[in-house]
Amino acid sequence: MQLSVDNLSVARGGIAVLEGVSFRVTPGEALILRGPNGIGKTTLLRALAGLQPALSGDINAPSESIAYAAHSDGIKHVLSVRENLAFWADVFGTTDISPAMSAFELRPLANRSAGALSAGQKRRLGLARLLVTARPIWILDEPTVSLDTHAVAMFANAIRSHLATGGIALIATHIDLGLEADILDIAPFKAKPVNIQNDEMEGFL
Amino acid sequence: MKALLIRDLRLAIRAGGGFGLGLAFFLIVTVLVPFSVGPDSALLATIAPGILWLGALLACLLSLDRILALDWEDGTLDLLACAPLPMEGTVSIKAFAHWITTGLPLIFSAPLFALLLNLPSQGYAPLILSLLLGTPALSVIGTFGAALTVGIKRGGLLLSLLVLPLYVPTLIFGAEVARRGAEGLTYSTPLIMLAGITFGTIALLPFASAAVLRVNIR
Repeated sequence: MQLSVDNLSVARGGIAVLEGVSFRVTPGEALILRGPNGIGKTTLLRALAGLQPALSGDINAPSESIAYAAHSDGIKHVLSVRENLAFWADVFGTTDISPAMSAFELRPLANRSAGALSAGQKRRLGLARLLVTARPIWILDEPTVSLDTHAVAMFANAIRSHLATGGIALIATHIDLGLEADILDIAPFKAKPVNIQNDEMEGFL
Repeated sequence: MKALLIRDLRLAIRAGGGFGLGLAFFLIVTVLVPFSVGPDSALLATIAPGILWLGALLACLLSLDRILALDWEDGTLDLLACAPLPMEGTVSIKAFAHWITTGLPLIFSAPLFALLLNLPSQGYAPLILSLLLGTPALSVIGTFGAALTVGIKRGGLLLSLLVLPLYVPTLIFGAEVARRGAEGLTYSTPLIMLAGITFGTIALLPFASAAVLRVNIR
């Protein structure tokens, strides 16, 4: 199992943002994506997660192996922390949510409604969801937003133990997580500012 | 899939879920109609089937934008798209949950509201039968409309405009079953048409809803 991307081009709002992106991540490895705002990190990650089609190029990953976490965590405010997590565990066919609760120190908050959590606590709940999916490839878009230094360390530990069990992590972030990971600057892959010529796609989508 | 259904039902009955919204609207319509058309009981009995069906349809319409918009806003739809559930299953479950929280209470309360409108006694069974067969189509078509307008802020107006024409056949045959039933005529033909529309939409529309949803979450 590995995640490999070959000569990938992606577009956002009908305009190509990145082209010729190629990389390969093998089990136990993390890759950190860097690049200025608007360069297309989110678009690239969404394409990898299968949420939007790529313009061209290949993404090779085993099917149903990707867990995706983005800016919004899909948290329901009227449900408790435990209910939120148990729902995602159920959807992904796992049952044990306690390791995830422990890893992100959510136990004291288990019965509190998610609407009453602080931004950082919500983020921790959103990241705990990754653990209950039991999927090997994590695709994370700015995972440390609104986390304090203690929670960032918690998160880095979760990544480390995920990698230790043969997982893969692909992280777009600007802060140093203290991980032994390759860094890929995607700024050189910026697409030339040309509109997509594919009329069929433009017209319908 | 069961997890999604349970979660949707739980969200609907908790605070701010809008569970009673359709029912309250249905109540308001049926209570206000006798005031506006006057106390002529023969007239009320004539228009009762139509009013009840129209009330049920509008009550359904009222809660459509909640089906997918909330899940879109908090990112749940993106995460569900990555989940091992097929998108077709997700939208079917969403429509089913909408029917349980909106259609089913309407069916149960319809006899009570029919009493307010002086529906003739032989009209009760056909009314309930027509609602039972017709309201699932309203939820499934509504979910399709919600999928089309997901991601549009305040898309409620557009959603209503898109969905109303699609509701017309269900309204025509549903109200026809209730009217013929109330007048003591045979109502099997419109009932079969109504059932046909409902089963057709249940079979086909989830695929359309899933397809437009995939396009919309890009």
